[in-house]
Parts: sequence; C-alpha cells; structure tokens
Amino acid sequence: MGRILNSIHRFFSEMSRSSSPNEDYINKLFLWFLILAAIIMIIVIVAVLIGAIHYRSSRHQGEPEQITGIKWLEITWTIIPLLILLIFFYFTVRFMKDIDQPVDKNQQADIIITARQWWWEMQYSKYNFTTANELHIPVHQKLLMRVESADVIHDWWVPELGRKIDAIPGTSNYSWLEASDTGEYKGACSEYCGTQHAGMRILVISETKNEFDQWVQDQQKVPSPPVDSVAQRGMRLFSERTCAGCHSISGTVAVSHIGPDLTHLASRKTLISGVLTNTPKNLYLWLQNPQKLKEGSHMPNFILSNNELEALVKYLEELK
Amino acid sequence: MKLNIHIPEPTKLIPDIRTGEGLLQWLSTVDHKLIGIMYLCTALLFFVLGFGEALMMRIQLMRPLNNFLSPEAYNQLFTTHGTNMIFLVLTPMLLGFATYSLPLMIGANEMAFPRLNAFSYWIFLLGGLILYASFFAGGMPNVGWFSYAPLSERFFSSTKGVDYWVISLLLMGIGSVGAALNFVVTTLTMRTKGILMNQLPLFVWMVFVNSFLILAAFPVLNAALFMIFIDRQFDAHFFVSATGGSPVMWQHLFWGFGHPEVYILALPAFGMVSEVIPVFSRKPIFGYEFIAASSVAIMLLSFGVWAHHMFAVGLGTTFNAFFAASSMLIAVPTGIKIFNWIATMWGGSVQLKTAMLFALALVVNFTIGGLSGVGFSLVPVDWRLTDTYFVVAHIHYVLIGGSLTGGFAAAYYWFPKITGRMLSEKIGKWHFWLYFIGFNCTFFVFHFLGLLGMPRRVYTYPDLPYLGTLNLFSTISACVFGISFILFFWNIFYSLRHGRIAGNNPWNAWTLEWLTSSPPQQKNFEKVPLVRSRRPLWDMLHPEDPDWKRENKNKIKKTGYE
Repeated sequence: MGRILNSIHRFFSEMSRSSSPNEDYINKLFLWFLILAAIIMIIVIVAVLIGAIHYRSSRHQGEPEQITGIKWLEITWTIIPLLILLIFFYFTVRFMKDIDQPVDKNQQADIIITARQWWWEMQYSKYNFTTANELHIPVHQKLLMRVESADVIHDWWVPELGRKIDAIPGTSNYSWLEASDTGEYKGACSEYCGTQHAGMRILVISETKNEFDQWVQDQQKVPSPPVDSVAQRGMRLFSERTCAGCHSISGTVAVSHIGPDLTHLASRKTLISGVLTNTPKNLYLWLQNPQKLKEGSHMPNFILSNNELEALVKYLEELK
Repeated sequence: MKLNIHIPEPTKLIPDIRTGEGLLQWLSTVDHKLIGIMYLCTALLFFVLGFGEALMMRIQLMRPLNNFLSPEAYNQLFTTHGTNMIFLVLTPMLLGFATYSLPLMIGANEMAFPRLNAFSYWIFLLGGLILYASFFAGGMPNVGWFSYAPLSERFFSSTKGVDYWVISLLLMGIGSVGAALNFVVTTLTMRTKGILMNQLPLFVWMVFVNSFLILAAFPVLNAALFMIFIDRQFDAHFFVSATGGSPVMWQHLFWGFGHPEVYILALPAFGMVSEVIPVFSRKPIFGYEFIAASSVAIMLLSFGVWAHHMFAVGLGTTFNAFFAASSMLIAVPTGIKIFNWIATMWGGSVQLKTAMLFALALVVNFTIGGLSGVGFSLVPVDWRLTDTYFVVAHIHYVLIGGSLTGGFAAAYYWFPKITGRMLSEKIGKWHFWLYFIGFNCTFFVFHFLGLLGMPRRVYTYPDLPYLGTLNLFSTISACVFGISFILFFWNIFYSLRHGRIAGNNPWNAWTLEWLTSSPPQQKNFEKVPLVRSRRPLWDMLHPEDPDWKRENKNKIKKTGYE
C-alpha cells in the first residue's frame, strides 16, 4: 500500500515540477483550479448518478410531476460560478503581471534566442559569443531573454522554468528566466514548425556562479588549432567540403550563421538539438547520413567517405 | 447524347441505391429527408477515414522513438485527421440531423430553399473529395488544420497540399453558409400554425442560433483562406513579415473563425441532448428560457474569445486580460446548460435507453472538457498547458465527449424515425459502454502527458519518465474505442433488416416529428394540428393537463388562441 501511494506521489510530483519563481506561480494557480474543477466534477457526476439511479423509471409509476423550472435555482447557478470566476480572474491578472514584469526599453537582453527550423541559436550578447541548443544560466539570477525567429513560428518552453513564449518572425518577444536550483532542465519547441518539430528540443543547464563564469570563459576562448594529423585533415575538410558554407567556428575561415555555431561543439551534452547524446559515434552517424537521424533536417547528406568522416569527427570532438 | 433524363418521383420512401433509377433519385433529390440521410452517411464514411488516420498516429506514438511512420507522413496524417474530423465528420453529422429533423420538428414539409439545400450538400461533398485528392497530387496538407503562417506559405510548404486544403475548405465553407441561411429562413418562415419563437423545440432553437454563428464566422475563414491562397499563388505577402505582412494576423483571422467553430460544433449537440433528456426523464426541459438564452449568450461571447488561443504570442498583459475575462464568462452559460439537464432528470422517471446513456455521457464528458477549457482562460496556467497534450485532451473531450456523443444520442433517438426500425438496444448498450470506457481511457491520460511536458503535434518523443507507458495505454484504449464503432456499424446493418418496427412514436416523445409516420411520407405531414405549447404531442395525449396552461400565462392573451 505504501509503495503504491509512493509511486502515485512520484507521478504527481513529476507533473508539478518547478524550479523557478515563475513556474511556482503557475503551479499555485493550477492547483487551485484543479481543486475547483475536481469539486465541480464530483458534484456533476454525483448529480447525474442520483438522476440515473434514484429517479429511474422502475421506481416510479405513471408520468412524474411536470415541472418546467425554478427561477431562484437558475439565478443561483448563474451567480455562484460568476463569483468564483471573478476570484480566479483577479489572481490570473495578478500572477500574469508578476510573471511578465515590464521590460525597460533600454534594457539589453542577457540572452538572445533565435529559433530556426529545427534548432535554437543562443547569443550571449553581454559576453559576445554564440552557441546553440544548450543554454547555460547562473542559478538564482533573473535573466532577460529576447526570443526571435529566423523562419516560421516556434515556441520556447522549458516546463520547470516558467512560461511559454512564441518566437515569431519579425517580432521580438521578451521573457524572464530564472532557475531556483542548479541542474539540467529539458524543454521543447511547442509550436508546430514543420517536419522536425519533434526534433527541436531544449536543454537548459543551471549552475553556480563560478561554474557559469568558467563556462563563459571557455566559450569565449578561440579553440587552438588541432595538432593531431587526422584532426588537421578534418579541419581542412571542414572548409573544403562546404561545412563552412553554413557553420561557423571562431578562429577559422568558417563564419557562416545558417547552421548552428560549432565553435565549442565538443563541450555540449547533446547533438542536433537534443535528439542525440554527444558521442563521437553519434556524430559519425549524423555526418554519415543526417537525413536518417533527423529526416527533413536542412543539413544535406554530403556522402563522405569513412576516412573523411573519421577526420571530421576527430576535429569536431576536439572543439572543447 | 441525351441531356434531359426524366427521373420519376421515388415510389419508395428510401430509394434503393442499387438500381439505376434509385441512384438517380438520390443524386437529384431536393427532399430534406434524403439530403439529411446523405449528410449522415457521408459523415460515417469520412469518419472511417479519420479514425484510420488517428489509429496510425496512435501506433506511431505507442512507444518512444518509434519508426512506424516518417515525420512527413505523421504530419500529413494529423493535419488531415483534424480537418477531416471537424469539417467532414462533425459538421455533416450536425447539418445532417438538422436538415432531416428541423423541418419535421416545426411541422414543415420542406426546407425554405430545397435546391440550395441540395447544393449545400453537393458542394460540401466536393470540398471533402478535393481534400483527399491532394493525396494523389503530391501529398496531403502537412501544416496542421490551423495552417499557421508563415509555415503555410509557399516558401516553407512547397507541395500542393495546402492549396488543396484551401480550396476544399472554401467550398465546404460556402456549403455551410448556404445550409445556415436555409435553417434561418426555414425556422423564421416555415413554422406550422401556432409555434411561437419561444416554443421552438430546443434542437431547432440551437440550430437557429448556430446558423447565425456560421453566417458570421465562415466569411472570416473564407477571407483568410483567400489571403493565404493569394500569398501562395500570386506572391503577395499578407502574412510574410519580411515584406511588411504579419503572421500574427493569420492567427487572429483563423481563430476569429476557429473559436466560434468550436461552438458551431457544440451547440447542435446541446440541442440534441436537450431533446433526448426530457423525453427519457418524462418531464419537460428544466429552465427552457435559460437554456435558450444561454445559447444566445454563447453565440455572442464566442466572437470575443478567439485570442485565448494566442496567450503565448506575447500580445501583452492588458490584451490577455480581456480575453481571459471573456473566456471565463463563456463558461457560465455553458454551466447553466449542464445544471439544467441534470435538473430535468431530477424528479423525473428516468429510462436509461441507449440514447439517454449517450446524452448523460455528454453531460459528464463535456463537463470535463469545459472545465479544462476554463483552465486555459487562466493565462499563467495557459502558458504551461497550451500546445501540449493537455490541449489535445481538451479538444477531444469537447468534440468527441460533446459533439460526437451528442450525435450518437441523436442517432439512437432519431434512427427509428429515419428508417422505421429501432436500433438494437442490446448492441447499443455494448456500443455505449465500450465507447464510454474506450474514450475516457484513450483521452484522459493526455492531460497527464501534457503536464509531463509532451508538446502536441510531435511525431515522436524521447524516453522520459511515464511518457511511454501512458502513450501505450492510450493506444490500447484507442483500439477498444475503435471496437465500439464497429459495434455501431453492426447495429445499423443488423437493425435495418431485423430491427423492431418503430411505429410513429416509439419513445412516446412530444415534438412534431413523432406525429407523422416512420419514415415520414414524401410529404411530411398531411395535417398538423394547431400548436399551442412546446410539447404539442403532450397536449394531444393529456388534454386534462396541457402544457399551454402551464407555460407563459400571458401567451393566451397575446395570441388569442384558446
């Protein structure tokens, strides 16, 4: 019995995870709403059952009394829901304002997130570097996100870290981001955006101030050129086989921003927007046939030989 | 080639489609009863397609990272499933019952515009066929039934699917507007002597109110469809931000139609259970005026709630607060209906026939769908729930738990009138319980999936805690749900041959359609007695205690009838 209760508890706490003040507001309002909904639901089900069982025809004879309505009852069940909704409306507006605090026009965003089919570009404008798909944030710090889109409408959503915010082409949306615990938070694009909508996942890593500062320093560094001869060949291939036509790696000739920035690819936990864990083997399989691992992705199959694949993987996995 | 074919008037009440003459009689008919039957059969046919699409999606989602369908195939399936179920199943089902029953219920022999009636059906069918024709023209539409720009622009969606979708919806929209116009004029001008507007059967009243919704909402959709079509075909940029257009405008236009559409699908179903529950409780409907007036309130409010689909767009606190308030308000008239249905049962003598069971299932399941709907009006909660499986649960509770369940109540209630034979109660009970259990098990877990963080419209999902288990449970339940429909088809098939002969009024009901024979003659009524109340047949059977004495006391004064 205890074990069953325990697993029920685990199940429900899994659904109400929160690691941010914003999500706390949402959870609180949702809980109140859930209690209200459960009460109404129980009333309706019980009332229907009473109607079906207590008033069933086998217990009565002849036609029942023909009542056409009771006015005060109608007015009661019009007014009471109105009053309850009024209370909920008050908290809706209050919490909405708490979550969406006004943004000063001159304020610079800490992070600029540009959604693309089907990955996320993240610019740390204050630190002057760009990364992709994996957001690092310092714990307990309230950051301003600017969310944009380079193609169709997407939606930023990390359940434990608060509200969804749409990424709309031609528009800049602002939203606050704050984590109250260190850890990894998984999210996903929540607006249907085409073939690989499902393959557009998010990873947010919240860490202590020191860890975050260290990470920023690492990201700002220009990676040193490879010494290993295989990796050197990979670096050459990167520009020859047109990888550089879409991707950029700082300190090299690759400066294009059509695909994700790969400057510190090896430091990331996942590949292709959270679809695979970042291992040399997965990277190899991805480069071998991108359309097999993420059908519809805008990365073409370059039909690389095994040697070329090995060289490229070696090079990219050294970009720490 | 002979262009003029003489088609004799049908001698049978339901012409035999297997004979050449019968087929021609079906094709050329302007009889509202036959057109109603055609709507209903078309809805059943498209339902099989839509359910097949749903089952394929459920198989794909039954476990994480499944490879049953390609992402492209999945995206086409969910787009077609949504469009199919809304426009090709629920709409014709509701229009079908209305086309069949509305003239009968007001004692009329035909619709006001019989040819327009036939035109509405045929152009609707053409629209439906064009949607599926896209399959042979390089792929079905793949941008969702809501077709958000700029994803639906040619740059991002270069196959012909979206163009077929646009034309198909345009044609069906024209059909719906024609049908709505017909219902309005029929209700206003064709009522038999004596029926006042506040004595209309509630189903007629709701179809009447609903028709105004259609007349106002569909033109918005049609305008938006033309705009996206011009964007796609003639390189305009209504919805392209780079050249000064606005993708958000599409959302305003689409939901300006889309949210009223939800009520377009719900109101007639409310009307159906408002007929069924009183008859099987042996009491008049509780609070007729409140149910009727709340429908008008829903109609008006439904035009002011569309942006609750757009709370994540970032339109600002004031804007969101307005639409939060209007969306909360619309819950009140809906709640009034639920309470009135329950109050109708209380103090009655309830007969749990299959039709009644479905009506009660609507009361329970629509309440779940309605409550989760209130959740979306709480803006911060919406920021968590929108575009997740929680919304998928909500929409299915509203459209299946509400509209389709109401449709089944109506099917069991009116089948004897339409065919002259009763549907089997025994198969019906099996159908009902498998349907009720299958439906709730399939869709209730979607609430949990949404809260666990599963976005909607994903062809696959990672192996996170509980996701696989809940999805598998849903897929298995969907199969149970599917079996219930097979039983329904079997019931129709069986009862058409072996069902009990119905007689004029098998349910001992009170509205005018039960006055005439089952099925009605080509001319519905030879003679209709003067109607003096909401339940003319009650008055005929209970001259000692007629409704007209109970109802509005002033009426006798006003009309002079005694």
